[in-house]
Amino acid sequence: MKPDLGKLPEASEITPEALYLRRREFIKNSLLFAGTATGVGAGLLGLMGRGRRTPPGDAAAVAPASSSPPLTVAVQSPYSTAEPRTSYADATTYNNFYEFGTEKSDPARGAHALRPRPWTLTIEGEVNRPQVVDIDRLLGGFPIEERVYRMRCVEAWSMVLPWLGLPLGDLLRRAEPTARAKYVAFRSLLDIEQMPAQKRRVLDWPYAEGLRIDEAMHPLAILAVGLYGKPLPNQNGAPLRLVVPWKYGFKGIKSIVSIRLTETQPATSWNDSAPNEYGFYANVNPSVDHPRWSQASERRIGELSRRATLPFNGYAEQVAGLYAGMDLRRFF
Amino acid sequence: MGTARRGPPFPWLKPGVFVGALAPLATVASRAARGSLGADPIAEVLNQLGLAALVFLVASLACTPLKTIAGWTWPIRIRKELGLFAFFYALLHVSTYSVLDQSFNLRAIFADVVKRKFIFFGFAAFVLLIPLAATSTRAAVKRLGFVRWKRIHRLAYVAASLGAFHFIWRVKKDLREPLIYATVLSCLLLVRLVVYARERLARRATAAAPTRTGAA
Repeated sequence: MKPDLGKLPEASEITPEALYLRRREFIKNSLLFAGTATGVGAGLLGLMGRGRRTPPGDAAAVAPASSSPPLTVAVQSPYSTAEPRTSYADATTYNNFYEFGTEKSDPARGAHALRPRPWTLTIEGEVNRPQVVDIDRLLGGFPIEERVYRMRCVEAWSMVLPWLGLPLGDLLRRAEPTARAKYVAFRSLLDIEQMPAQKRRVLDWPYAEGLRIDEAMHPLAILAVGLYGKPLPNQNGAPLRLVVPWKYGFKGIKSIVSIRLTETQPATSWNDSAPNEYGFYANVNPSVDHPRWSQASERRIGELSRRATLPFNGYAEQVAGLYAGMDLRRFF
Repeated sequence: MGTARRGPPFPWLKPGVFVGALAPLATVASRAARGSLGADPIAEVLNQLGLAALVFLVASLACTPLKTIAGWTWPIRIRKELGLFAFFYALLHVSTYSVLDQSFNLRAIFADVVKRKFIFFGFAAFVLLIPLAATSTRAAVKRLGFVRWKRIHRLAYVAASLGAFHFIWRVKKDLREPLIYATVLSCLLLVRLVVYARERLARRATAAAPTRTGAA
């Protein structure tokens, strides 16, 4: 309908006086409503997001792999699984590396502070040939293999990761362990400048891990120096980390500076911090639950439904013999 | 419609809180739609919804102490909404756990609830919230009588404490965040205990006098 401009407005269209007077109040109330909604919403989101920003964009751009030399894969391994690989983005943005913070996204954001070159590794203790060796010289002496392994975290999630590395046993043999070498103790870097979250004693830094010598000599155990065909990103433990695929992920100590062969079982970080929750062996075992959550199933990152967890993370055929006669409920 | 009858004070308060309270849900939904919930989206959704439930529960329990300490009465006006939002987010949290995380595998859920302290506490907190949500209406207060209604709704403190422990035990190592909530909750409880103790002392003092009123 066209408005008739010549006519006076009808009585019903006239704003009642009371409403007219309340216009101010209406505007005021609207603003207060918007302010309250925004304030409550922002406050909540602040609490929800405390320290949990998802890292920006491409993880590789966040923590470049430094000036390390390119890796050439010399050997494809029969130990590799053909299962679909976890995406590179997930593998490099969802990390437990408490030296950079306890949130999964912290390492991808903060690990650029780590300088993986130059880097020296000390091999010491019960060996005939102790050595302090530059990592690039060390790597030059070994063919690099690709190993696509399942990785099962004690928090009941898992990934499939294409590591590049060398068998740990090959490295140890070169240092000639003595007859008294029964265990291998690993130590991570201790440096508050490069690893700022070491300021907080969430764990007793430096991070320490250990293996029995026969576990360390097992061909599945590797020292990884790369991932997805590239040098190891800092957040994944550059420049050198342990990968023991039949054990929970926390055994895979990152940014290793020292390997010491010992006669007695070494102290390990998580075991020290909560001995009833994290054992020295930490073999993946669906029938031994973590005291606070079930280990019977896991979620493969990238999948929605859970899958059953396999004994020794599916590597029982290769490694179960190492534990023959042991009560794995006691030595968990 | 309305001639000059003035509405209730702060007519903007409840609608504002209501809209703001939906922010966590809206954010989770939009992050899910954009696929930006991270590598383990179900865990992220669980954590966000669970935390929202705890925040609302603690906020609802802060209303009375705020009146006691600061003399503010406006938080009381939104207490019911805060409590219902706590239940709403707890319900979403439990649904996410049962449907998305456990694929409605009742045996696994049952085993989790009875065997794991932290899941048991969380589940118990949720169960306690059900009668509170069900009796949140004015009619329910009338039906139960205020004294009985109030006694039932003290369960909110139990539920919040269980929720706080649920959070503490879930965390692997870094306890800072759960301890913040536990501390706030303890302070709120402490305020109530102090008030309660004072009232009892006052009552004992009057009990010494011959006229006894009150408890009957």
